[in-house]
Amino acid sequence: MKRQVVLIVLLGSFVGLTIWITSIGQLGIYRTFTYGDILTYTKDHLWMVFWAVLIAIAIGVPLGTLITRPRFTKLIPPVLGVVNIGQSIPSLAIIAIMATLPCFWFLCFGFNPQTAIVALFIYGLLPILRNSYAAMRNIDLAVIEAARGMGMTRRQILRKIEFPLARPVIIAGIRISTVITVGTAELAVLVGGKGLGTITLTGVFTRQPLLILQGAAPTAALAISLGFMIVSIERWMTPRGLKVKA
Amino acid sequence: MIRLENITKVYPDGTEAVRGMSFKVNEGELCVFLGPSGCGKTTTMKMINRLIPITSGKIYIDGVDNTKIDETELRRNIGYAIQEIGLFTHMTVGENIEIVPALKGWSKAERRERAENLLELMRLNPGEFIDKYPSELSGGQRQRVGVARALGADPSMLLMDEPFGAIDPITRVELQSEFLKIQQKIKKTIIFVTHDIYEAIKMGDRIALMKEGKLVQYDTPANILYHPKDEFVEGFVGADRALKGLQLLRVKEVMTSSPPVAQAEETVEVIRERMEREGVDSLAIVGNDRKFIGLVDVSDLRDGKAVKDIMSPSATTFTVNAVLSEALSVMLSSGLKALPIVGEDSKFEGVLTFDAIQKALHEAVETKELK
Repeated sequence: MKRQVVLIVLLGSFVGLTIWITSIGQLGIYRTFTYGDILTYTKDHLWMVFWAVLIAIAIGVPLGTLITRPRFTKLIPPVLGVVNIGQSIPSLAIIAIMATLPCFWFLCFGFNPQTAIVALFIYGLLPILRNSYAAMRNIDLAVIEAARGMGMTRRQILRKIEFPLARPVIIAGIRISTVITVGTAELAVLVGGKGLGTITLTGVFTRQPLLILQGAAPTAALAISLGFMIVSIERWMTPRGLKVKA
Repeated sequence: MIRLENITKVYPDGTEAVRGMSFKVNEGELCVFLGPSGCGKTTTMKMINRLIPITSGKIYIDGVDNTKIDETELRRNIGYAIQEIGLFTHMTVGENIEIVPALKGWSKAERRERAENLLELMRLNPGEFIDKYPSELSGGQRQRVGVARALGADPSMLLMDEPFGAIDPITRVELQSEFLKIQQKIKKTIIFVTHDIYEAIKMGDRIALMKEGKLVQYDTPANILYHPKDEFVEGFVGADRALKGLQLLRVKEVMTSSPPVAQAEETVEVIRERMEREGVDSLAIVGNDRKFIGLVDVSDLRDGKAVKDIMSPSATTFTVNAVLSEALSVMLSSGLKALPIVGEDSKFEGVLTFDAIQKALHEAVETKELK
């Protein structure tokens, strides 16, 4: 509860800050960005985050589940290892390195939004994969045993038992990943992406603190709102039996 | 009917978990797999519904080789309950019980009705419990739901792996007794795994005593107790087998039925005379319909007082179908020399005395015949 109040106050301050700076209009020789600019960049920002997280979910959840299957447990160390390494390289470095890569088949790197999305995806994959893996692995073995003994097929067990039980933890991973990605996406502008980073970096290059804030504040507001949204979805989707405490 | 024919289980690492096990479990019987841990009892059980593949040998379910039956079909037709219960915490009690019926394609209404009936059978009020979640139940209630779930699609066979193992001793004894009553009604063919000899003797029609993957003795509880086949069985049964025999006997088999009684209207003199004549220290007071009203002890008899003033109306009683050990325990703790026994309808049926118990146990040790 307390946490929510703090977050709402923060959200309010960031939105207020954005409105205030935008309303100033003129900073010395520079003009502040307009509401229209902010809206457009927010849309671009969301668009990158959306695709990066979507791909991270599409790969992270199945992969995290797969490596908990008895036949694939050998894959646990390499998969978690590779993803961990991806996470331990600074985000700026990943994004910069990606921009220097050539074309692979349909995917061309270089200075364009695709590069940014791939870089963001690599960075957002770990929380989703790690949470999916942990959630699946922590399911009580007795539950699986009971389900098998009652004559459920492997697929039925996965769909009706394991996945619903793991879902809250998986969604928590998606939330963490989304919030991280919203922040990292600020840097996407360096490799040809768009988004609120455009405003922030303009402020950096022109040495205008208020311009930096004009980009940073809506980004923070965006991260908080998305986090909120996903928490609500998480609550709504969590089976009541998992919320009830005896 | 379940028939095991020379069943062997060897794990890939070479461990022989089960070696050449052969026996058959008759229709409607409760067969206990008993033995120390690592004796292969759970492994044997799990080979019946193919949770563990058989290395060699055959298991026949109602005459059909179980490897010829589709794996999921086989399991859906055999109820399964385990010690850890394994209730699905994201589903309600009702949904848990309805799983196998749902897998078998029963309609929603049929499933719901079945779940309600089963909850009632397990003495859980359906209205109160059907929409609760497992996390809202006590340990004993969860075990009941676990058993109800195993009975979900009304299978003719049940596999139960220490189904009452994870609860406190008092609730366990209660659940055992209740389950025995239920079994008398439903007459399923049951494999019941336990390492607790008391439980085995109380629950089993037959006991398969195992050791190191081998069947040592397959017999009735009485024969396991009184005619152990070898030293291992004798050791497992323990030196106090006469005491364990208390689990085997029911109150109604041991009690003195139709003992002398008194009516509330009778005078103290008449009652005193009757006690002397019959050589007893207490008399049960019964109503016209032989309903138990109270107990009069010889020490309470005082001249000039009416019987209804000196009797103890809230005297401890016990039911005819109870296990002898429980009745004896009540006698020892209440200090009663003669325990009044009543039927389900609280009609007076007889008294249980220490003499009668001693005689019954002695007879059991001396004369129980090998079948």
